[in-house]
Amino acid sequence: MKIRTLMLGWEFPPFISGGLGTACLGLTRAMDRLGMPIIFVLPKAKPMRVSGGLIPGFYGEGATGFAFQNVQFRPVPAVLRPYSSAAQLASGTALSEEKDGAGLLDDDLESGGQGNYGADIYAEVARYARKVLALGLTEHFDLIHAHDWMTFPAGVALAQQSGKPLVIQVHSTEFDRSGEHVNQYVYDIERHAMHAAARIIAVSNYTRNIIISRYGVPAEKVEVVYNGVEHHNGSWSSSRQTWPAKTDKIVLFLGRITMQKGPEYFLHAARRVLEKIDNVKFIMAGDGDMLYRSIELAAQLGIGNRVLFTRFLRGDDVRKVYQMADLYVMPSVSEPFGIAPLEALQHDVPVLLSKQSGIAEAFRNALKVDFWDVQEMANKMIAVLRHPPLHQMLRTEGHREALKFRWEDSAARMNEIYHETLGVA
Amino acid sequence: MASVCFYFQVHQPYRLRHYTIFDTAGDYFDGFKNAEICRKVARKCYLPTNRVLQELIERHGRQFKVSFSITGTVLEQFAEYAPEVLASFQYLAATGCVEFLCETYHHSLSFLFSPDEFVRQVVAHRQLIRDLFGQTPQVFRNTELIYNNQVAEAVARIGGFKAILAEGADHILGYRSPNYVYRPPSAPGLKLLLKNYRLSDDVAFRFSNRYWSEWPLSVGKFCQWVNAVNGNGYVVNLFVDYETFGEHQWEDTGIFDFLRELPTEILKHPDNDFKTPGEVADAYEAADVVDVPHLVSWADTERDLSAWLGNAMQQNAIAELYRMEQAVRDSGDPDLLRDWRRLQTSDHFYYMCTKYFADGDVHKYFNPYDTPYDSYINFMNVLNHMRSRCGSRGVARPPAARLVAATDGKNRRRPADESVAV
Repeated sequence: MKIRTLMLGWEFPPFISGGLGTACLGLTRAMDRLGMPIIFVLPKAKPMRVSGGLIPGFYGEGATGFAFQNVQFRPVPAVLRPYSSAAQLASGTALSEEKDGAGLLDDDLESGGQGNYGADIYAEVARYARKVLALGLTEHFDLIHAHDWMTFPAGVALAQQSGKPLVIQVHSTEFDRSGEHVNQYVYDIERHAMHAAARIIAVSNYTRNIIISRYGVPAEKVEVVYNGVEHHNGSWSSSRQTWPAKTDKIVLFLGRITMQKGPEYFLHAARRVLEKIDNVKFIMAGDGDMLYRSIELAAQLGIGNRVLFTRFLRGDDVRKVYQMADLYVMPSVSEPFGIAPLEALQHDVPVLLSKQSGIAEAFRNALKVDFWDVQEMANKMIAVLRHPPLHQMLRTEGHREALKFRWEDSAARMNEIYHETLGVA
Repeated sequence: MASVCFYFQVHQPYRLRHYTIFDTAGDYFDGFKNAEICRKVARKCYLPTNRVLQELIERHGRQFKVSFSITGTVLEQFAEYAPEVLASFQYLAATGCVEFLCETYHHSLSFLFSPDEFVRQVVAHRQLIRDLFGQTPQVFRNTELIYNNQVAEAVARIGGFKAILAEGADHILGYRSPNYVYRPPSAPGLKLLLKNYRLSDDVAFRFSNRYWSEWPLSVGKFCQWVNAVNGNGYVVNLFVDYETFGEHQWEDTGIFDFLRELPTEILKHPDNDFKTPGEVADAYEAADVVDVPHLVSWADTERDLSAWLGNAMQQNAIAELYRMEQAVRDSGDPDLLRDWRRLQTSDHFYYMCTKYFADGDVHKYFNPYDTPYDSYINFMNVLNHMRSRCGSRGVARPPAARLVAATDGKNRRRPADESVAV
């Protein structure tokens, strides 16, 4: 039986701030190729400010540059980045431009706006849920699949209204994003949805354990489906170029510069590396609420001239920075999965991973370190920079292993879980 | 006539402690872990198995015999961490039914990289065995049964040996059986004893494998296979790691009962007996010359060197180690020389093996590191510190260490784009 899924997403390329959009696109494309019919409901992007200027917004086939056979997109108005922090919202980098004043789903949702996320996101989450409920009356579907907490209220409400089973996919939890200082409101949304859902997909055992231990969810309800990575037939590797002026080794941090991603551990490790070797530079590519603090920290550590901050990179700039890099480091404090290291390996850059990540449990040909152990992090960075055989093996073996993370496998497993959930063959 | 020839390999390396590039202390080895493992294996394997052998020798008089090759690194650890094990081996030695073989003191790959060091380690090990067990070894086995014609020649040049052991690999034997005694093409006076890998591995690896069609392996069944050799060979060379008993095959698999019952069952057949390798060499003429131009070992299905030298990290690490040889000697520092030798133990390179890493397999069980990469990093950090102990002479770069024949094996791949290793 072909199961028709109503999928609830929040971000989708090119309007992404992190792994969620990448994961949604990869999974959806693979499900499309497997012939799984999907109605994908997304907030309709308005012209929004990204670093480098304003980009006119629209979602879907044209914007992603991919043709879909079995996926239909349904935009609903709402514009916010999922992981925006209060600092970002205050600076206006990610504010919604549209307030259509539509009635909110319920007062509780509307009035929850305190703390880390700023008031607007709760309104947006509520508006999204209301629009989804309206949409649900006219769409035909068998099952609801919601991605991360912003879409969970919509998913839970729609499941109640329609009587269709709800599958939620957890790409990150409030504990990953905020450490122990969780936003109670967001936590409550996550917990409520986890208990209401028929099935929960975690992107790793690491995340599955958090769901079970922190949210009190029965273990048998939670399945692990690893993410994949889009493969590009080696075109990137073959276009690898040498940089005439490059005399320094380059260690790369690429990701949001937020508490979750551990930028300060990267910088402390960098300082230790520079105690031992001179010809190395550290690039921090990304934006986030810890950007300025990180710039200050680099200066305080006396390594300001060795750390380059590029801000948020996209498209060809990402490719170029990977081509320059000798090592990619993901020092995350808590990383549910971590697609970025797989992308680095696609670009033939060896990777050093935080053990506090989903990818570390699933990937073998990488160096791994506890995020807080900056001495060991530096030790391993130095080893990769100093010993060509290590660099070469991590690169070639890692590249080969990264090819095994295929979205088709994730999609196929998802299809099985859908069937199990509906109790059909 | 079928002579059963047991040779047990006894070895533990000096495992390294976690050593970062920031470490400055000169103690590289993990005394706590080494003591712990030594005592654990003593409890599970060495002591109980020695006890069984002792009983068997007493029960069967001089009819039951075995041989051991015990490395210098494990003997040193026995002396330090488990002296009762050393005493029990000495007790066995005193029965006159146990032969001790000679190998490289540090269970090293020195034959491949430094002929001088190889000779020194062989001589040192022979002396150690003489000192501890009161007998002079006359049979040689190289680390991991690594062998080719040149090993035999080198051992013949050292002198005092009458036989050498090697893997009875199909590709060196061809149609011939491992159950005869052979000789190398150009090492006069040396006989070649080849491991019967089928029967050896039945005990060492398959004994507890429930998916094996012959499981469970009874003593009766195994003796039938041995008896089948009668008329088709003289000797069944059962060469296994001693840790097979109680450590690789746990006690609850019945491995001790198997060992306990085996001699009685073997000796039921009037044509059978037990012989040590030296006795085999004395008793039987060589049936043929076996020419082994390429290196073989007893490891994995490939029977080559890829478990220790199969990837760029392993080749780089060992080349860098032997590159320091002259500087270490010139330093005149006995502690430095001892540390340098302990780093030669093949286990350190085995930990860097990536052959089956993707699948996570048997290699993992013996590996104290999470990944081969961690093992390489640790080893290179230690080397880096050791280089600083050599003084200025350690910085000089003599010609790259000689790799006698390790790269001429057919199965060996040299990763492209590799300019550093070897």
